[in-house]
Order: sequence, then C-alpha cells, then structure tokens
Amino acid sequence: MRRAYFKTSWIAFALLAPQLLIIFVFFYWPSAQALYWAFTLEQPWGGGNTWVGFENFAKVLSDPYYWSSVRVSVIYALATTVLAMAMALTLAVFVDRQLSGYSAYRVAFIWPYAVAAPAVGLAFQFVFNPGAGIFSYINAVSPGMWNPSQYPSQAILSIVIAGAWKQVAYSFIFFLAALQSIPRSLTEAAAMDGARPLRRVLDLQLPLLTPTFFFLLVINITDSFTDSFGIVDTLTGGGPFRATDLLVYKIYADGFRGFDYSGAAAQSIILMCLVMALTFVQFRYVERRVHYT
Amino acid sequence: MIERTPILNIVTHLILIFGLVVILTPIWLAFVAATHTLQAVNSHPIEMWPGDQLLINLREAWAQSDFGPKFVNTLIVSTGVVLGKITLACITAFSLVFFNYRGRIVIFWMIFITLMLPLEVRIVPTYAVAANALSPFQTIMDAIGLTSLINMISGIEVALEWNLLNSYTGLILPLVATATGTFLYRQFFLTIPDELVEAARMDGAGPLRFLWDVLIPLSKTNIAALATIMFVYAWNQYLWPLLVITDRANYGMVVVQLSDLVPDQLTTGGGTPTWHLAMAATLVVMLPPIAIVIFMQRWFVRGLINTDK
Repeated sequence: MRRAYFKTSWIAFALLAPQLLIIFVFFYWPSAQALYWAFTLEQPWGGGNTWVGFENFAKVLSDPYYWSSVRVSVIYALATTVLAMAMALTLAVFVDRQLSGYSAYRVAFIWPYAVAAPAVGLAFQFVFNPGAGIFSYINAVSPGMWNPSQYPSQAILSIVIAGAWKQVAYSFIFFLAALQSIPRSLTEAAAMDGARPLRRVLDLQLPLLTPTFFFLLVINITDSFTDSFGIVDTLTGGGPFRATDLLVYKIYADGFRGFDYSGAAAQSIILMCLVMALTFVQFRYVERRVHYT
Repeated sequence: MIERTPILNIVTHLILIFGLVVILTPIWLAFVAATHTLQAVNSHPIEMWPGDQLLINLREAWAQSDFGPKFVNTLIVSTGVVLGKITLACITAFSLVFFNYRGRIVIFWMIFITLMLPLEVRIVPTYAVAANALSPFQTIMDAIGLTSLINMISGIEVALEWNLLNSYTGLILPLVATATGTFLYRQFFLTIPDELVEAARMDGAGPLRFLWDVLIPLSKTNIAALATIMFVYAWNQYLWPLLVITDRANYGMVVVQLSDLVPDQLTTGGGTPTWHLAMAATLVVMLPPIAIVIFMQRWFVRGLINTDK
C-alpha cells in the first residue's frame, strides 16, 4: 500500500470535480430518472407524472411481445457466445503454436474488432440477401426457400452469425494473451514428461485458461445485449414479425418511436438489473483472472 | 519449437486457413460487390473476383452520402472523446492515488460502478438529460426551494437550459462519462514507487508539477493504449448519434449514415437494390478504425486487455 502522499489541498478536489460532475449528470441522474419513470406514468395532458407503483412493470411483463423479445435475446446471447468463443479458443490455441505466418494470422483475427456493428450488419445483409448474395444460389435451386426478411428463423440465424463474427476477435485477443502468459518452463516440463502437443493443450493450457474463459463468457453475454443494436438495425430492422426484436432494440423502438417512456424505462430497469447481475458474477472471477494475465 | 511435429503443423495451418476464410469471406464479398456495376452485382452467377468499378462506386457512394463533412464530424467527435477521456481519467486517478483524503474509497467505487451499465442500457433517460444538460440542477434547485427563493428576492425566474442535441458536446460528453480509463490509470499509478513521490516532494515539487513532469512522461504507453481503444469506440458509436443528431447534414457521423443505405423497399422504391453503393460506403466507413487497429496493434491489444474494454 502507498505511504507517501501529497498534502491534501483544494487541488485534489479540483482534479476530481470534472469526472464527478460528468458522471453525475450523464450516469447517476439518468439512471435515477429511469427508476422514476419506471414507477410513474406521464399524464396525457401534461401536469407531471403520477405514481403508479409496479404497474409499468406488470404491463411490460404481461406483454407477449416482451417475452418473445426476451426469448430471442437469450437465444442470440447464448448462440453468439458459444459460436464466437469456440471459434476464438480454437484459433487462439493454434495461433499460439507460433508457426510461420504467426503475426499475419494474429492480425487477421484481431482486426474485425474494429468494424462497427452497423457495418457488420450491412455487409451481412448483402451476404444473406435472397437476390444477389451467395445465398441466392439456394433460391436458384428452389425459389423462395431462403429469405430472411420473410422467415423468422432465417432472420435469427442471420443476426446470430453476424453477431458471432463480430465477437470472435475480442475473445481471440484475450485467449491468445492468456495462452502467451503461461510460463514457457511449464510447457517444456510437460514436454519433457512426454506430453505431446495435444495432451498439453488438454491438460495444461485449457485448465489454465479457465479464469479467462469465465471472464469472456460474462463479457460476451453482456455485449450481446448492448452491442447487438447496430447489427439488428441494419440487418433485419427487428423483423420479420418482430422475430429479431432484441431487448435494446425494443427499448429504442418503444421509447423513441412509440414515445412510451414509462414502458421503455421499466424495460431499461429490468435490463440494467440483468447486466448488473452478470457483472457481479464477473467480479467474482476478476480477482482470479489477474493471477494469470 | 519444442519438438518436431510435421503432421500437426500441417493440421494447424489448415485450421488457421479455414479460420481465415470464415473471417474474411463476408468482407471479401462486400469488397467484390463494391467493385462491380449494379447489373453485375444483381446477376447470376454472382461475382467472386473484383471488377474495375471500385473507384467509380466509391466516388458515387461518397457523393450520395455526403461523406466529406461527416468524416470531419466523426474525426472531431472521436478526437474529442479520446482527449476528454485521457485527460479526465488521468487527473481523476491522480487525485485518487496520490492524495489521502476521507471518502477516497467511496468515490472510487462511485466511479467504478459506471463500468457496469453501458450507454445502450440507459439510453432513454440519458437522451432526456442531453435535451437539457442542466435539468438535474434545475430539479434539485426546485426541490430544495432555491428557485422560489431567488424568485422572491430578485424577481428572476431561474430556468437553466443547456440543450446538447445536435452538438459535438452532446455527442462527446456522455461517451466520456464512464470509468474505462480511470481504472487503467489507477492501476498504473499504483505501481509508481513511494520513493519517487518522496523524492519529488523533497525537491519541492507540488502535486501538479509531479503529475506533469514525472507521471505523464512515464505514462506514454498508457496514453497510446487508451487513445487507440477510445478512438475505435467513439468512431463506431451508432445508437447515441442516431438519437442525438437530427440535423444530419451538419452534425451527422459516418457510421450512422449506414442506416440510410440499407437497400430495402423504402430506399429503392421497389427498384433493384443498389448493393454496389451500399458496400462501397460500408468499406469507406470501416477503414479508419481497422487501419488504427492494425498499425497500433501493440497499444490496442494492451489497452483492451488492461481496461476490460
């Protein structure tokens, strides 16, 4: 722990003030505001909000559209996380063998992180579109078989693949960093004991990756809630028939297109609780992760 | 290399090449589409190799979306976020680490908690604040009776208003209001040995001089790492600018422009979708952050891993 400090003076607080001011106005106040709206209802003719208790939540939770949004969000979160992490882990393990072309492979798997979500959505809309992309071959064989703007399951498949594609890079960076922090002597000792490369992956590397794995699991699920907006908005627009109406997209649609602030606020509060719960789970593993990276 | 594994090496390369194909295919297809004419893109069999229309398509997409001023806007906002974040994170962490006042730990946690809720999750109320950034203070003054007190004494009705919609400030400030960099700087400052602080104090350096002459030169790698990830983060913002900026002609950002390019019934009026232009624009928008990540790879990876994003 630190023992040497500067004498506390107004400077300490002056340096602290800007950040505190900004997070008060743009973080704490809006979060509190969301709580206030979630428990009140705006009067149709003005005159302030009236207290309605849990009515907004009851309305949200009894809305079948909300539950279908929850369902597709969970499917999306799990499917993108599993796909992206499986692919990232496989690639990281093999890139970590550091054969020739190592740095080229490394760059190739890192740069997709920099692509904006709506750009991913738009590029994949082209890839998946029934008229001009590679999927148009399916329609050439049997007309009308592939059309994500018509079939809900195909639309969900499209956003899952686009979402997973976007997430691979982030997990790859962390897996590779974790693999490279495994001491070389450990690997050599295992080799000396007669462990072949694949045996070393299973018995040495994967167990040492567990903390990174749990960390990425939580981050990927959280990101799939927040980062999906751009992909959904440009790839499917929430359709067809609200099949890809993910939680953040629905908050946006209800709040800014439907002007239902109270309903959107109630949904925001539920999502906030969900994200916070996931983050708490993550904190339990952050400490353990630090030992390895 | 520990042992010779010729077969496994071939398998490794095969798997990695397969990974490359999976990662590169969508972007390759988008790139190919951007190099052909409208007819070629929408015809069968589809093109797998680039044509010669890239520059023509780029020029048309650029003009159609009016990218010139939008690139300037995006650059201004991204630079603003980078500078704001680095400055705020640095001075806040400095205050938290090098001074010993009461409530330090509480303040640290207050800042740290902001990492938990991304902007997307609290988008509706944040938008309301952006419409009048002084509304929190107005509400507080109203609540404690300060407004009516001032009104009584001076006869002036206090109505604070600072509208951030359609402004650079409105785009930048909410993106700066998280703890991302603060945490990174705090971790770094904690590794500064006590002896350095004592030496500086013995030489008569005050806190600000110590920050400017000792810490900032030492934290150059930190600054580079934070700058790369914040630049990419700010450049790729979509939902927030989509809401805050209604005056797209003057304040529009490039990524938001993509939402207008989705070739559906609305934009083409039932005509042939203009994929070649949409893909050309997508390439243009993607390029700057990709270039940053590739050229600043070392700093970028470091920043990403040390900040937990």
